[in-house]
Amino acid sequence: MFDFSIVSQWIHGLLTSVMPEWAAVLIECVLVALVIITLYAVFAIALIYFERKVCAFFQCRIGPNRVGKWGLLQVFADVFKMLTKEIINMRNSDRFLHNLAPFLVIVASMLTFSCLPWNKGAHILDFNVGVFFLLAASSIGVVGILLAGWSSNNKYSLIGAMRSGAQIISYELSIGMTMLTMIALTGTMQLSEIVQQQADYGWNICRGHIPAIIAFLVYLIAGNAECNRGPFDLPESESELTAGYHTEYSGMHFGFYYLAEYLNLFITAGIATAIFLGGWAPIYFPGLDGFNDVMAYIPGIVWFVGKTVVVVFLLMWMRWTFPRLRIDQILSLEWKYLVPISMLNLVLMALVVAFGVHF
Amino acid sequence: MNFTLLVTVLLTGIAFVAIVVLLAQLISPRSFNAQKEEAYECGIPTRGRSWMQFRVGYYLFAILFLMFDVETMFLFPWAVVMRSLGPAGLLSVLFFLFILVLGLAYAWRKGALKWQ
Repeated sequence: MFDFSIVSQWIHGLLTSVMPEWAAVLIECVLVALVIITLYAVFAIALIYFERKVCAFFQCRIGPNRVGKWGLLQVFADVFKMLTKEIINMRNSDRFLHNLAPFLVIVASMLTFSCLPWNKGAHILDFNVGVFFLLAASSIGVVGILLAGWSSNNKYSLIGAMRSGAQIISYELSIGMTMLTMIALTGTMQLSEIVQQQADYGWNICRGHIPAIIAFLVYLIAGNAECNRGPFDLPESESELTAGYHTEYSGMHFGFYYLAEYLNLFITAGIATAIFLGGWAPIYFPGLDGFNDVMAYIPGIVWFVGKTVVVVFLLMWMRWTFPRLRIDQILSLEWKYLVPISMLNLVLMALVVAFGVHF
Repeated sequence: MNFTLLVTVLLTGIAFVAIVVLLAQLISPRSFNAQKEEAYECGIPTRGRSWMQFRVGYYLFAILFLMFDVETMFLFPWAVVMRSLGPAGLLSVLFFLFILVLGLAYAWRKGALKWQ
């Protein structure tokens, strides 16, 4: 498998040969920033288009098909429309908090976005407490949503933000518990290390068999709820709350929430890929040497993005298939079903690892 | 390098939002209108403030979340070193989880998980 750190070391060597160390680091930081923003924008636009088409096909429609070939330019047109809309400040809102909230939401999703392991050696943030950092960073987003709802001084926003806060913090518990289950299996919190292990010994979902599959299912449900999507979209349920916590946001301010929503979908799917489905590790069947060799030629980034898109499609399928839940149903699903299940699952995984019956 | 990158990503996020908002404010049209700055609540005039007392149920779940989240946090270090701790570590964490489950059962029995 191609190691991307060769490229980054080559760039570092090239830069340090013509300038002092600090200038090289500075230029590298700027490069990293540009890469993040580009990837962020590209994936947001691609996902929005993908979601519209998927949604349309699930509802027997065609979806966007006027702007550009197959409606490919529709999302670009929407972005430009949003850019040219006025950002309105409400008279009775808390001006400072109202403007601060999009910053928190975007920073949270960007921090988690840069944790994704794209390829061997191609990750931006890779701490030895990676998974833990991920959970911590993703929960900054809740603060942004609560601030947005509170500062708007609008009843719809307030109700939406409160629902969203209750929902996100509740489901974060399941996410933490499923991650804990997988950490018990892998014995490390570093994301690159987790993926490397899967490249060596097989995907975690196969290695951990029953507890890992249960954890994956719980993670998918909780991840969907974390993004305020799918059957869990009652914080912004259009028919009752107009738009929920971002009712009072206009123009690009609203665009940030939209962007963060889709990126969070991608991040959730990406983390599921990295932790359960082997990240950039190619598919591998013991015994089929020729097939495995061919698969190993496909670059890791293609595997990572491909698997992630499959998980994203699963989440979209969930979103457009199930009807919306009520707040009491959401909370009882989490506290009465998912939390006990994931606790039992953790014990099961601990026993599996202790007796060595994993692959 | 890792923490340099962390600061870089943080600054990138902040700069991204700031620059885009600035750009939008530069190129967007502006209009002034007395009704425009009012809160949108389905077109009828807003009654009272929205900064008011809110249903206590959400608070209850926040407290429950705090309890469980802190306990999960204690489990992370254990999960990493689980293999080297051996049976003693496993038994003590099972006991810890048992107490946690007792707490959940207590909250359940008291009706804290019921939305009313």
